[in-house]
Amino acid sequence: MDFRFDLIWNYAPFFLSGTLLTIGLSFAGILIGTLLGLVIALGKMMRNKWLSLPFVCYIGFFRGTPLFVQILIVHFGVVPLILGQSNGIVAGIIALSLNAAAYIAEVFRSGIQSIDKGQMEAARSLGMSHAQAMRYIILPQAFKRILPPLGNEFIALLKDSSLVSAIAAPELTYWAQQMGAEYFKVWEPYLTISLIYLILTLSLSAVVNRLERRMATE
Amino acid sequence: MIKVENLKKTFGDNEVLKDINVEVKKQEVVVVIGPSGAGKSTFLRCINLLDSITSGHIFIESVDITDTKTDINKIRAEVGMVFQQFNLFPHMKVLDNIMLAPMKVKKVEKEKAQKKALELLKKVGLEEKADAYPDSLSGGQKQRIAIARALAMEPKMMLFDEPTSALDPEMVGEVLDVMKQLAKDGMTMVVVTHEMGFAREVGDRVLFMDGGYIVEENEPHELFSHPREERTKAFLSKVL
Repeated sequence: MDFRFDLIWNYAPFFLSGTLLTIGLSFAGILIGTLLGLVIALGKMMRNKWLSLPFVCYIGFFRGTPLFVQILIVHFGVVPLILGQSNGIVAGIIALSLNAAAYIAEVFRSGIQSIDKGQMEAARSLGMSHAQAMRYIILPQAFKRILPPLGNEFIALLKDSSLVSAIAAPELTYWAQQMGAEYFKVWEPYLTISLIYLILTLSLSAVVNRLERRMATE
Repeated sequence: MIKVENLKKTFGDNEVLKDINVEVKKQEVVVVIGPSGAGKSTFLRCINLLDSITSGHIFIESVDITDTKTDINKIRAEVGMVFQQFNLFPHMKVLDNIMLAPMKVKKVEKEKAQKKALELLKKVGLEEKADAYPDSLSGGQKQRIAIARALAMEPKMMLFDEPTSALDPEMVGEVLDVMKQLAKDGMTMVVVTHEMGFAREVGDRVLFMDGGYIVEENEPHELFSHPREERTKAFLSKVL
């Protein structure tokens, strides 16, 4: 087999811009997905069944349908409806965020519910409101506890961002497909982006590990 | 200062408090004793509405806290509580545990809160633990910190829910000493405990609860040496 490093080199600028977009999509997805996930988790935990129902449905829908289908719906349906035209990057960010939020919400919920109920009671007994107790007592502890599963979600999101190549968002996988089509090559483009994905996910997990260590209290 | 009228509390079909009527005066130390399942802790937790009540009224300094218009957070800020399981905030250093509520609830400035926290740590004999995390402390130390944390809000009264029950025997004394000092300083206290010695020594009044009722109440020496009710006699004969 003749492995053509020179072709990879030719495509390096595209892989670079693709990598940047993959990072951008993932970063936006993580940020929006985490914030939205927290809101949905708190929503789902509301005592009033009717108020929590929309959040339950949200999680049900986004976990119960394929991410790829969600990307297509957002790209061909939702974004044109809002912007008047399609936009792969915007659609990618929206779909990835909405999808990740559903999973992250469940991670948050499990974390919050794992905190001993005495913590909330102690905070309330000191005169804190429910919101203050959540913010200063429950969430910081829950966040520390959910960092490992949250890290999993972030890594999954980063890898899932490859799906948006199908809606012509020029990220890593998109450029690999372009290169494959241009030179009729398989190994060069796909091994290259595999390596890049691997570097990205390993870096991400290193960041999460560091955060974990920093939050240790002993 | 605290007035409880016809308090009833049910959990599902289980009637835990049947008809509680109590009054606690300013600077009084009331000790609640009784067998487990008598409703002692529930009674205490109803006083600051950590447990919702089923019916009846509770007045704290003449404010009906069972009235839905009452701002319960404001009431709780004035009623300190100490738990059996300490419930310190494990993600914060000792000093931050004590400073948090004054800063967030009473909007005390950081420097002032810190000064007060250090004073309180001194009072409970744990100044050197200011920068420690709760997990590194012994049970007795944790409970003393928990008392300091409650005192930082400058409460008008304190509720103690079996504060020494989760402690190794050799640590009970250090916590009781802090509580005795508090009583001496004139704090109004309601204490659920199994420490009969504490009840006898510090209590102005002892309530004996059983089966969701206050069966008997009296000045401690009288209650311990001449219990009137059969149930009180039976209980005391087991624990004394």
